[in-house]
Amino acid sequence: MTRFERLGSVFLPVLLIFIWQAACVGFKIPSFVLPAPSEIAIALWDNLYIIWFHSSQTLLTTVIGFAVAVVFGALLGILVGSSRFAYSSLYPMLVGFNSVPKVAIVPILVVWFGIGTVPAILTAFMLSFFPIAVNVATGLATIEPELRDVLRSLGANQLDIVRKIGIPRSLPYLFASLKISITLAFVGSVISETLASNRGIGTLMTQASANFRVSLVFAGLVVIAAMGIAMYVIFAIIEKRMTAWAVRGTTFGVGG
Amino acid sequence: MKNLVELVNVSLSYGKTLAVSDLNMTVAAGSFAAVVGPSGCGKSSLMKLVTGLMPATSGSVLIDEKEIDGPVNIVGMAFQNPNLLPWRTTLENVLLPLEVVRPERHQFRAKRKEFVERAMDLLRIVGLDSFADHYPWQLSGGMQQRVSLCRSLIHQPRLLMLDEPFGALDAFTREELWDVLQTIWLERKFTAILVTHDLREALYLADKVHVMSNRPGRVVRSVDTTEFARPRDEHTFIDPKFNENVMELRAEIRAQRLPVDIKTTTAETTP
Ligand SMILES: Nc1ncnc2c1ncn2[C@@H]1O[C@H](COP(=O)(O)OP(=O)(O)OP(=O)(O)O)[C@@H](O)[C@H]1O
Ligand SMILES: [Mg+2]
Repeated sequence: MTRFERLGSVFLPVLLIFIWQAACVGFKIPSFVLPAPSEIAIALWDNLYIIWFHSSQTLLTTVIGFAVAVVFGALLGILVGSSRFAYSSLYPMLVGFNSVPKVAIVPILVVWFGIGTVPAILTAFMLSFFPIAVNVATGLATIEPELRDVLRSLGANQLDIVRKIGIPRSLPYLFASLKISITLAFVGSVISETLASNRGIGTLMTQASANFRVSLVFAGLVVIAAMGIAMYVIFAIIEKRMTAWAVRGTTFGVGG
Repeated sequence: MKNLVELVNVSLSYGKTLAVSDLNMTVAAGSFAAVVGPSGCGKSSLMKLVTGLMPATSGSVLIDEKEIDGPVNIVGMAFQNPNLLPWRTTLENVLLPLEVVRPERHQFRAKRKEFVERAMDLLRIVGLDSFADHYPWQLSGGMQQRVSLCRSLIHQPRLLMLDEPFGALDAFTREELWDVLQTIWLERKFTAILVTHDLREALYLADKVHVMSNRPGRVVRSVDTTEFARPRDEHTFIDPKFNENVMELRAEIRAQRLPVDIKTTTAETTP
């Protein structure tokens, strides 16, 4: 990023907050409708301990759910991407599963596992594994046919091709999907906490809105957003480190 | 001399498309064959048939006088696109076949030093030994193609299959690589089959040039070029017999073109 771009990523949010503050003060918007940024900041500061108590839980369930999703999603992606049979038999089911609103599944999870940590982890997992699996599968399925021919003519089997070409080749796809999946994992955890939990940012926000503490609700949103951005940045950095070869001029291409 | 490759009445169809039909061709062991023909006539398909990557729809493909029924492990391949692995260095790219092919794959750890030496020898021949630790994105197109050539030869294949390997290169690099290829071939005397669009390339490199007909492709003519002394060099290009052959082949391929529909084309091309 150039300095100018870096400035942009800070400047725009600051500008928005400023406009928001000005609008709240200028139009005298009551704080139970839309609290001004200053009120949110105060709510954040005043409730620091309780916010930490809840957000640490959210972070924990998100990270666990996400970690499971990475392992499961990557393995599933390898399977789907490297075998035509697995592709045709699993893909429709995956798409169907991904179309189901996860909110609808939370109550079932609660019946099975009770309220609290486990449903949150599972919801985070369910929401975040799909992009990982699809991306890894794409990386494997788009191996250049000629490269495949080169290896097959050497007596390589499908496993050799996956190991030597498929997996390294799908790494950039995997890391690109991690950035998206981690934010989805947060969404999953918070959904589950909102519906059925005694602890977590979602719970905090439900309770706060029930008590008309709207600025606390917004404080919760700010914390979720901050955690999401932090995780995104971490994975963006890891991506850059791990797959430098993929961003340096492409040698991927198809020939005749 | 014995034939390494023999195609007997081979046909290949992709679904309803008949790509190759009634193709007969032989390639003597240790010789250099070139295949030319109009675009889409089934030259790449021929490569797949010979390497056993695709089974013939009918007819038989013989390697070492035995009919094949799957990929034969005696082949090295290079294509128009170098297809190097971007996460591997030049040296690691060249070594790839040794990690896969039998029996070398089982000796890879133990004999790594020897294999690296072998790869460096090849890289030296193509003039890239000082680029062994570079990544593909640090190499020019011509350099990548040299690496691809080394990769196709590292496991000392008995049969080298080249599908328009120099097609995307500029004229200077192309002619330079012809000589590189000729040098390696004269030294090692493997059997080679080269598919190309370039008639001079075919005549310059090969012992025998096979001309294919329009799709569905079959061999309509084979021209022997062993009369041009090796190693061939710039003098070969000015040999009248060489140019005569180029002209003949060109005429042959022009004759293979689909008859042009005069009525529709004149409407477009008249100024
Ligand atoms: N995978 C495929 N599926 C269906 N048809 C194919 C496939 N590959 C090739 N064909 C058909 O077979 C014919 C021969 O193709 P092939 O690639 O062998 O031609 P070619 O001689 O190598 O052409 P070019 O000189 O343009 O590379 C073409 O007409 C094409 O339509
Ligand atoms: Mg072709």
